[in-house]
Amino acid sequence: MADASFGFSTLQMGELAIGKHVQYILSVEKKKDSFESVVMDHLRMNGAYWGLTTLDLLGKLDSVNADEVISWIMTCQHESGGFSGNIGHDPHILYTLSAVQVLALFNKLDVLDIDKVATYITGLQNEDGSFSGDMWGEVDTRFSYIAICCLSILRCLDKINVEKAVSYILSCKNLDGGFGCTPGGESHAGQIFCCVGALAIMGSLHHVDKDLLGWWLCERQVKSGGLNGRPEKLPDVCYSWWVLSSLIMIDRVHWIDKEKLVKFILDCQDLENGGISDRPDDAVDVFHTYFGVAGLSLLEYPGLKAIDPAYALPVNVVNRIFFGR
Amino acid sequence: MESSEDDGGEPLSRLAEWRDVTPLPQDDGPNPVAPIAYKEEFRETMDYFRAIYKADERSPRALRLTRRAIHLNPGNYTVWHFRRLVLEPLNSDLDEELDFIQRIANSNSKNYQLWHHRRWVVERLGTNVRAKELHLIKSILSLDAKNYHAWSHRQWVLQALGGWEDELDYCQQLLEEDIFNNSAWNQRYFVVTRSPFLGGLTAMRASEVRYTVEAILANPNNECPWRYLRGLYKDDIESLVNNHEISSVCLKPCQEFRDAVVALWTSDSLPLDPDLATAICGILEHVDSMRASYWIWRKNKLPVAA
Repeated sequence: MADASFGFSTLQMGELAIGKHVQYILSVEKKKDSFESVVMDHLRMNGAYWGLTTLDLLGKLDSVNADEVISWIMTCQHESGGFSGNIGHDPHILYTLSAVQVLALFNKLDVLDIDKVATYITGLQNEDGSFSGDMWGEVDTRFSYIAICCLSILRCLDKINVEKAVSYILSCKNLDGGFGCTPGGESHAGQIFCCVGALAIMGSLHHVDKDLLGWWLCERQVKSGGLNGRPEKLPDVCYSWWVLSSLIMIDRVHWIDKEKLVKFILDCQDLENGGISDRPDDAVDVFHTYFGVAGLSLLEYPGLKAIDPAYALPVNVVNRIFFGR
Repeated sequence: MESSEDDGGEPLSRLAEWRDVTPLPQDDGPNPVAPIAYKEEFRETMDYFRAIYKADERSPRALRLTRRAIHLNPGNYTVWHFRRLVLEPLNSDLDEELDFIQRIANSNSKNYQLWHHRRWVVERLGTNVRAKELHLIKSILSLDAKNYHAWSHRQWVLQALGGWEDELDYCQQLLEEDIFNNSAWNQRYFVVTRSPFLGGLTAMRASEVRYTVEAILANPNNECPWRYLRGLYKDDIESLVNNHEISSVCLKPCQEFRDAVVALWTSDSLPLDPDLATAICGILEHVDSMRASYWIWRKNKLPVAA
């Protein structure tokens, strides 16, 4: 049966093994008995966000014990207001966003002392408008996105200097229309997502040359249908998110071949054990499972909840934040 | 001064030095889930690290412990943080620290924590280590000429410590090795626009146009020099369009390969559009079908032929 608007035909393409992926994520979340999981213990907060958002997109968020997760999250908050990757680690802006996003998934933002979190983040903005990751001062446009996304979710974006935040991001714009990690840094799809997402949230997308950037982004699609992150590099499922969400935010997603991208993502599944990998036949991980499913959601693959391209949260969660409980 | 990293991997519980410390096991939170089976050395090292971290012990043995922990798991950012806290009061040899980081970098060249730690050390050592840094980054780029972290670090070193003199030559060398290396083209632009020795974009434009045109003629299918050319005329598209050298390059392949263009047009029912630009967009719509919508849009944007 064909979907007339996008020409999808279930006879032509493979299927998303939803049940297998749910099983895979739950096994990673619950039984961390592999050495691989242990070495990722410091970024468990990110892992929670990737795993739980995927479950929500697949309609299975209720498979986890929300209270357990929430109480663990709160034990990761430090005096400064920031969250760490796990218990016994230092706070960082990366994990602060993931913590807030997971609480949003469970509709539990009210457990937060919002001022406390906001203070941590606003304290990380520098004179030039950029953001540091933590007290150690690393600067990267990733942190600009994180700060802006997080404060926006907490409805207190006005606590930072928005004008300077915008001008710093624009100072990272390159001649190809893309953005890098710092001024002069090479355009990279991940950094582009961060800059475009931040500008979108701050209502400043008019600064983006959408035609020029849209063309650079659509050139990321390679023969196999997958997307790479920079010219002449290999495709990777995670770019299905970063390139795709950027294209959607600037209204140019029709410039790629959506069907071919769907097929590429589906080919990256491990149909036996569940999970999605960076490219076909490689080992799976939660990171790529999330990006593959999120990418399919953006491509309106049937059976998935819609995801917001700027906030990287299900649309119903974003609506709940901004338009009432 | 730290002892060699090769402490034989002796279990810490057997070393006299650690006798006074009670290792702290992983805290899985108020509602612990299934128990975790760790690889023994890793578990033990991290248990001792947690004890030291909690006690905020900034001693030589703490420094050695962070080295051990980093070898076992260089992604653990908290260990890197703590190492910095220990390095300072101990007045450690930071040149040795650079060597340590380099050894970890050999198998972890895309690790954010490592590069940031390196920057922290270099900040404290200053211009003395400039040459060494630029050399190290070159060696990492020789293994992976597009390593984003390495390039980011290189840009920071140039801006913080200088060393611009040979950078354009370095870009040249990399492009000779791989003219498709987008990172090298990006660095070229970085040098041309920011080097205090070159006079800026306007001064460099003529020579850069010549270089870029050569690159285009050698590999017209390389997207990098085409974009670079646009970048050279960033705020001055008029000059780009009116540059005779450039327009002859752009039109030359089109005129020479007009027959090829005609041959690619496979439609029997529709004639090839007399306007070349329109015809090309029409062809690309079919030949580069993944981006069909883009080429249709491009065609519609073309000025109507007189």
